[in-house]
Amino acid sequence: MNLTDALVIKNLTKKYPKVEALKGLDLTLSKGQICGLLGPNGSGKSTLLKSVVGLIKPDNGSIEIFGKSPSRHTKAMIAFVPEIDSLYRWMTIDQTIKFISSFYDDWEVERERELLDFMRLERDKKVSSLSKGMRARLKLILALARTAPLILLDEPFSGIDPASRDRIVEGIIRQFKSEDQTMIISTHSLGDTEQLFDSVIFLDEGIISLQGNAEDLRLQHGKSINDLFKEVFA
Amino acid sequence: MNIDFNTSTPIYLQIILEFKRQIAVGVLKPGEKVPSQRDLAALLKVNANTVQRAYREMETLGMVETLRGQGTFVCQDEKIVEETRTEMLKDLVDDFVHAMRSLGLTQEETVKEVEQMFQKLELKGEVSDE
Repeated sequence: MNLTDALVIKNLTKKYPKVEALKGLDLTLSKGQICGLLGPNGSGKSTLLKSVVGLIKPDNGSIEIFGKSPSRHTKAMIAFVPEIDSLYRWMTIDQTIKFISSFYDDWEVERERELLDFMRLERDKKVSSLSKGMRARLKLILALARTAPLILLDEPFSGIDPASRDRIVEGIIRQFKSEDQTMIISTHSLGDTEQLFDSVIFLDEGIISLQGNAEDLRLQHGKSINDLFKEVFA
Repeated sequence: MNIDFNTSTPIYLQIILEFKRQIAVGVLKPGEKVPSQRDLAALLKVNANTVQRAYREMETLGMVETLRGQGTFVCQDEKIVEETRTEMLKDLVDDFVHAMRSLGLTQEETVKEVEQMFQKLELKGEVSDE
């Protein structure tokens, strides 16, 4: 364990009744970066993220988050946005924000205000009236309004319109503080979002097949991360 | 500033190249303030560490300098315009000549190709003798 590491994972294994989602995965991730966790559906991305949050108990292996095993204490250090839509439809945006923010000590009202403005969301709108892209923007606010040192976004770009995707990418770039935050974003389809990432991890059937700095990989392979992704998972 | 990135080459190098181009053609002038790293990152929708890497490299190259609390500026020295222009020109010619040679073209054939291209562009009205 190094002081500059956000995450150290060793030999992580998780079996479900019909499939082995993680097969002895090792991963070290240093602080201050935005990391893309890339892999097709079923490669183990969500299982990995949920294990880090502590929502899934792995069968084997160890996880250290800033040097600590997953616990109630590390939960407070992580802002996790799951892929599933967990918002209450009957609430307004304002009610959603008040409800969620009440759980966290690190919520910053100033950030919340900036983000709502930037994401063009109005407080009195009902969640049930929002498009999928709008709901994705709202979910991002719930993570970025906190100052949590580790932010995990599971498939934030999945199935949303290009305009919302652009807003989300720009919102992350504006709000992410590399001095004291680390972010992992999982996606099965990179599209035109690869410029967002410092580094990428290719997750292939429960193990990491490639990890590296995005610029170094472009230089080494003479390819975009998107092309490399398509080649590896063809 | 807007860059249409080709993501198969490092993005920080493309940012540096765009700064060079803008300095060489006079869009960015010696001593002029350039966007903050965070603003440029948001504008280009590029990771802030990538922009930081580009700025650090440009400082090392002497293209820009960062003044504490004031921001980043194009180098004051007027010579930078001519130097950048010359450097870009040399790089382009170097790449071009090597590419032509690797295709097996002689000097005469290469020059002829260039002349023909200029004539073609002139007919289309894309080149004017200033």
